[in-house]
Amino acid sequence: MLSSYPVGGKFGKYGGKYIPETLEPAVQKLEDAYEKYRNDPDFQKELNYYLTEYAGRPTPLYFAKNLTESAGGAKIYLKREDLLHGGAHKTNNTLGQALLAKRMGKKRIIAETGAGQHGVGTAIACSVLGLSGEVYMGSKDVERQKLNVFRMQLLGTKVHSVDSGSQTLKDAINEAIRDWISNVQTTYYLIGSVVGPHPYPMMVRDFQSVIGNEVRQEMLQRYGSLPSAIVACVGGGSNAMGSFYPFLDDSSVRLIGVEAGGQGLKTGKHSATLCAGSEGVLHGMFTYLLQDKQGQVIDTHSVSAGLDYPGVGPEHSMLKDVKRAEYVSCTDDEAIDAFVALSRLEGIIPALESSHAISHAVKMAKEMDRDEIIIVTLSGRGDKDVQVVQEYLAKRGKKRARK
Amino acid sequence: MAGRKEAALVCYVVAGYPDMKATEEAVDLLVAGGADIIELGIPFSDPIADGPTIQQASNAALQAGVTPEKAMQLAKRIRKKHPALPILFMTYSNILVHAGFEQFLEKSKQSGVDGFILPDMPVEEAGQYSALAEKQGLATVFLASPNTSKERLQKIIDRSSGFMYLVSVFGITGARKSFEGYTQDAIKRSKKLAAGKLPVGVGFGISKPEHARFMVGAGADAIIVGSAIVNKISNGKTAELKALAASLKKACRK
Repeated sequence: MLSSYPVGGKFGKYGGKYIPETLEPAVQKLEDAYEKYRNDPDFQKELNYYLTEYAGRPTPLYFAKNLTESAGGAKIYLKREDLLHGGAHKTNNTLGQALLAKRMGKKRIIAETGAGQHGVGTAIACSVLGLSGEVYMGSKDVERQKLNVFRMQLLGTKVHSVDSGSQTLKDAINEAIRDWISNVQTTYYLIGSVVGPHPYPMMVRDFQSVIGNEVRQEMLQRYGSLPSAIVACVGGGSNAMGSFYPFLDDSSVRLIGVEAGGQGLKTGKHSATLCAGSEGVLHGMFTYLLQDKQGQVIDTHSVSAGLDYPGVGPEHSMLKDVKRAEYVSCTDDEAIDAFVALSRLEGIIPALESSHAISHAVKMAKEMDRDEIIIVTLSGRGDKDVQVVQEYLAKRGKKRARK
Repeated sequence: MAGRKEAALVCYVVAGYPDMKATEEAVDLLVAGGADIIELGIPFSDPIADGPTIQQASNAALQAGVTPEKAMQLAKRIRKKHPALPILFMTYSNILVHAGFEQFLEKSKQSGVDGFILPDMPVEEAGQYSALAEKQGLATVFLASPNTSKERLQKIIDRSSGFMYLVSVFGITGARKSFEGYTQDAIKRSKKLAAGKLPVGVGFGISKPEHARFMVGAGADAIIVGSAIVNKISNGKTAELKALAASLKKACRK
C-alpha cells in the first residue's frame, strides 16, 4: 500500500538522508523522538489543543457555488486553510514541530522561508510556545515580502537576510542547514515543507494530513462518499501531500498537483519540477530537481514566491512515477486570472500559490459531470500578494494595450 | 601516511577559480611548498558544507563556465606535470548522481585522479558509489564529525579508503581563529579505532601552522587546508601559496 511509505526512510527510490555527517546524530535523534511521540496520546492531545483552541481547526469545507456555476461542471469545494491562524496551512506543521522540539529540550528554533508564510508560521509557534526563533530568508524575498518580514519581527523572531546564490528560498535553506551544522547541539531546524532528509518529508506530511483527514471525514458525513478529485498546488508540496495522503489507497479519488508554470514550460522560466525536472540530490534528499546538464541546480521562476523552488518532496516524486497522482502546471497569467476570479465570485482573496490550484480545478470541472465533486485545497489567503498582483495587472494591462 | 614521522599536508583549491591557468599555477606553488595531496574542488551550485570563502569561489567558477568536464581536463594536466601526486576530487553528490556514478567515476579515473571526497554522501547511501569506485580503483574518503558515535565511526572507517576525513569542528568550512579541546578528543577517538587500518586526516577551519601543530599533536596523520588557500587566491596573493604551504608543512613535522 502506498500509504505505508516511507520504508527505510525512502519513498521507493526517493528520499533518504544525503547529509553532512555532523547532522547525522541530530537527524537520528529527531527520528527517534518523532517515532516516540507520533502515537503518544499526551503529545497528540497537546497538539490537538493548539490546533483547535489556538489555530481554529477544523477549517470549513466550503461549497463554492458561484465559482462552480461560472465553470459549469463538477461541484467545486474549497478546503479553507486560508482561515487557519497565520493565514495558511503552514501553522499545522509549525505547531507540530515546535511542540516536538520542546519535548526534545531544544529552545532555539531555526527555519527558512520563501514568501514568508512558513517564517510567520514559525514565529507564531515560537511565540506561543516560548521558544526563540530565527528565520533565514533570501534577500530578494526580503525585498519582495517586506510586510511578512515585519510580521515575523513583530512576533519576536529574528530574520536573517541571505545574500548567497540566487538569494531566494533555495539559498535560505542552504544557509539554515549551515547554521544547523554549526549549532547542532542546541538548535532545532523546523523545515517548512515535505522536503529535506528523512524523517522530515514524512513528519511534515503527517502534521499536514489533518487537512485530508478532515476532508475525508466531512465528505463521508455529508454525502457518504469520497470526492472525485483533490487538487492542490505544489512547490515543496506540503499542502498537497497533507491533502492527498489520507486518500492514497482510495484509487477512485484522483489526486492532482499543480506546479508553477511561470511564463510557460517552454521558456524555461518556471518552477515545475515534476513536470519538467530530472532526478538528483538537493537539501538532503533524492528527488526530482530542476537542474542543468552538469547537475547544477538552476534558478526558478514563479509569480508566487511560495512555489519558487527547484526541488520537490520525495513522496511526490514517487507518486508521479507510480502514476498515483497527476502533476500539471499553470502559468503566472492563469494563476493571476484565478486570483481575480475567486475574489470577485466568492469574496475570497486566495494566495497566489493556491490560485494555481483554483485555475486548474476550474479547467477540470468543465470536463466533469455536475454530480461529481472536486476538492481544492485553498492553502492560504492572498493578503500578502495584493501588491504583487496589483503591479502584475498594471504591467499586463499596458502590454495588452500596446497590442 | 600513517606511521610516518610527519603528517601529510592536503591542500584544497577550487577548479577554475579564478581561471584554469591560475588553478594550475596554485597547485604548482602548493606542491613546491610541500603539499602532499591535492584536493580539487568541482564547483556545485549549492555547497551546504562550505562557508563564505569557498561558496564565493565556487560561485565565481560556475559563473566563469567551469564544468565537471573542464575540471577533469585540469586534473589531466596536473597529473601529467606531477606524476606521483595524489589528486582527489571534492564535490557534492548531485554532480555524480546526475551524470551517473559509473560514467562519472570512469571518466574521473581516466583523467588521472585517485579518489573522491563527497561531504553529503553518508555511508548509508553509498552502496552503488562505493562499489563502482572500488571497481575503478578510486579511493572513497568518507567524513566523520566530532559527534559521530563509535559505531558509525567504525562503519566510516570500514567504508573509507585512502584516509578518513575527520571534520574538526561543529561547523562549515572557513578559516578559524582557534580550536577547542573537543577537537583533540575527537582525533584521539578516531585514531584509536582507525589504528592499523587507515590514516586520519583532519580538516575544516585550519589556517595557521599553530592549528596544524594542535591537530598533529593530538595524533592527526594529515591536515587538510582549504579556505586559507582560497582566501589567498581571492585576495590576489597566489604568489604567497608556496610560503603558506611550507609553513604548514613545517608544522606537520612531529
